[in-house]
Amino acid sequence: MASKSFRVLPGFRLTLGYTLLYLSLIVLIPLAGVFVKTSTLSWEQFWHIITAPRALASYRLSFGASFLAAFVNVFFGIMVAWVLVRYEFFGKKVVDALVDMPFALPTAVAGITLTALYAPHGWIGQLLAPLGVKVAFTQLGVFIALTFIGLPFIVRTVQPVLEDFDPEIEEAAASLGANRWQTFWRVILPMLSPALLTGFSLAFARALGEYGSVVFIAGNMPMKTEITPLLIITKLEQFDYAGATALAVVMLVGSFAILLAVNLLQWRSSRHQAQV
Amino acid sequence: MGDTTTFLRATRREPHRRATAESPWVRRLLITGALLFLGIFLVMPLVSVFAEALSKGLGYCFHTFRDPLTLSAIKLTFIAAGISVPLNCVFGVAAAWAITKFDFRGKNILITLIDLPFSVSPVIAGLIYVLLFGAPGPFWTWLSDHNVKIIFAVPGIVLATTFVTFPFVARELIPLMQAQGRTEEEAARVLGASGWQTFWRVTLPNIKWGLLYGVILCNARAMGEFGAVSVVSGHIRGLTNTIPLHIEILYNDYNTTGAFAVASLLAFLGLVTLVLKTWIERKKSAALRAAEMDLIA
Repeated sequence: MASKSFRVLPGFRLTLGYTLLYLSLIVLIPLAGVFVKTSTLSWEQFWHIITAPRALASYRLSFGASFLAAFVNVFFGIMVAWVLVRYEFFGKKVVDALVDMPFALPTAVAGITLTALYAPHGWIGQLLAPLGVKVAFTQLGVFIALTFIGLPFIVRTVQPVLEDFDPEIEEAAASLGANRWQTFWRVILPMLSPALLTGFSLAFARALGEYGSVVFIAGNMPMKTEITPLLIITKLEQFDYAGATALAVVMLVGSFAILLAVNLLQWRSSRHQAQV
Repeated sequence: MGDTTTFLRATRREPHRRATAESPWVRRLLITGALLFLGIFLVMPLVSVFAEALSKGLGYCFHTFRDPLTLSAIKLTFIAAGISVPLNCVFGVAAAWAITKFDFRGKNILITLIDLPFSVSPVIAGLIYVLLFGAPGPFWTWLSDHNVKIIFAVPGIVLATTFVTFPFVARELIPLMQAQGRTEEEAARVLGASGWQTFWRVTLPNIKWGLLYGVILCNARAMGEFGAVSVVSGHIRGLTNTIPLHIEILYNDYNTTGAFAVASLLAFLGLVTLVLKTWIERKKSAALRAAEMDLIA
């Protein structure tokens, strides 16, 4: 009790009070408004809005393309992180800095650039057109944009783990007769998996909500290339606030569920490791 | 890193590679694969922004920038970032001070709540302010009676920008100040410094690189935000258009080169951000190492 009432450093009430006030005003109260607004709908109305065929098609695209993009990023993210940590090559520092580019490049800029690149006459589009592959204004375009957006997450979560990796573990695996591939698959990859899971979920959550980089390349055709955030905006522009809010609730619950699931998994795996 | 180089040189000289290294061709394959992936997904988009911007020559580029609509978009972007970044900076310092210098219940929940805006779609970030201050919202009658415009006006843009950049400074400072501990501040207090003196002379010099890092990232996002701002702006040309929204308008007007000219400004800003970020990262990790050495000693 005594240690609680006597604090050497000042400013506890001021800083905590300000933190809570500012957090409530900017984030918590406005976000709560979404749920308050939805409660004005009856359950039937709410259910009707969120299960409309157009809404269902947008979830399929948003969740599907985000999942696929995050999955592809896991594969290439490990490769890029591995190369940056383990090997030396010309221009490595520049490459390392460039990985964060999707964080620094505004999404609208990314959107129009990717569209220009993958349009039928673009630098990449004209190579794919003879093969019959259309990217811009298709679901493939959505996937490309989301891959771009999620790229740094996996690299940046795996990189520090690889840097701190104890070489003795790999030496032990080698001396027990494992070849490099077995060592990677059975020893290194399992130890990377918590970081991979974090990176995957961050990339996935980011891709789910992404708007700017997708709207330009997607073509935005209802039922085909319309992502959920765009459907929310469409409803807002038609002054259908209740409809927009209902979809927002679905997205919020979806992304909070992902974060919660990942936190639980990490908590379990850290407990598991502590027991071992 | 140094280890790896000497070790790679060693593998080249010796016919037998170490058991914990890959064969040279696997190494080359992986490097090529990674660079190819980054080349297609990162370098090509970046190069293409500038190539498209200059496709009608430098003159056209300048012409776009002399357009009053472009200039007003640039001005509004600076206003929005100029208000939201300092706000989140003060918040970040206050939150980090409360969280790292004191013990209280619910600290982890508070940290999670601070991170919340990162897991909210920018479109929803805009939507929440439309619901609160827009036509059907609880404040609408009062606002329209007093002729205060928030949605489809500058205050809404500032609010939306503040929301999406909310966690940047705080989440940068919290781990840094956690690692630095409380002993230096406590020593300053015991030696007679006031609270503010302690903050300005002891804490601030310790956290300056972390703070700057957070501010740089916060500013980059503030100037580039599209989705959230797009929902609350109303797209009134010359009045409520930020740079990213202006790019969209030019692009949809089939003025592709103009759109890319303005986009190249933001891409340049992004590159400057990356350079500053890399430079500060080095300073920051040095500060963190110093803090760790102090802890050991």
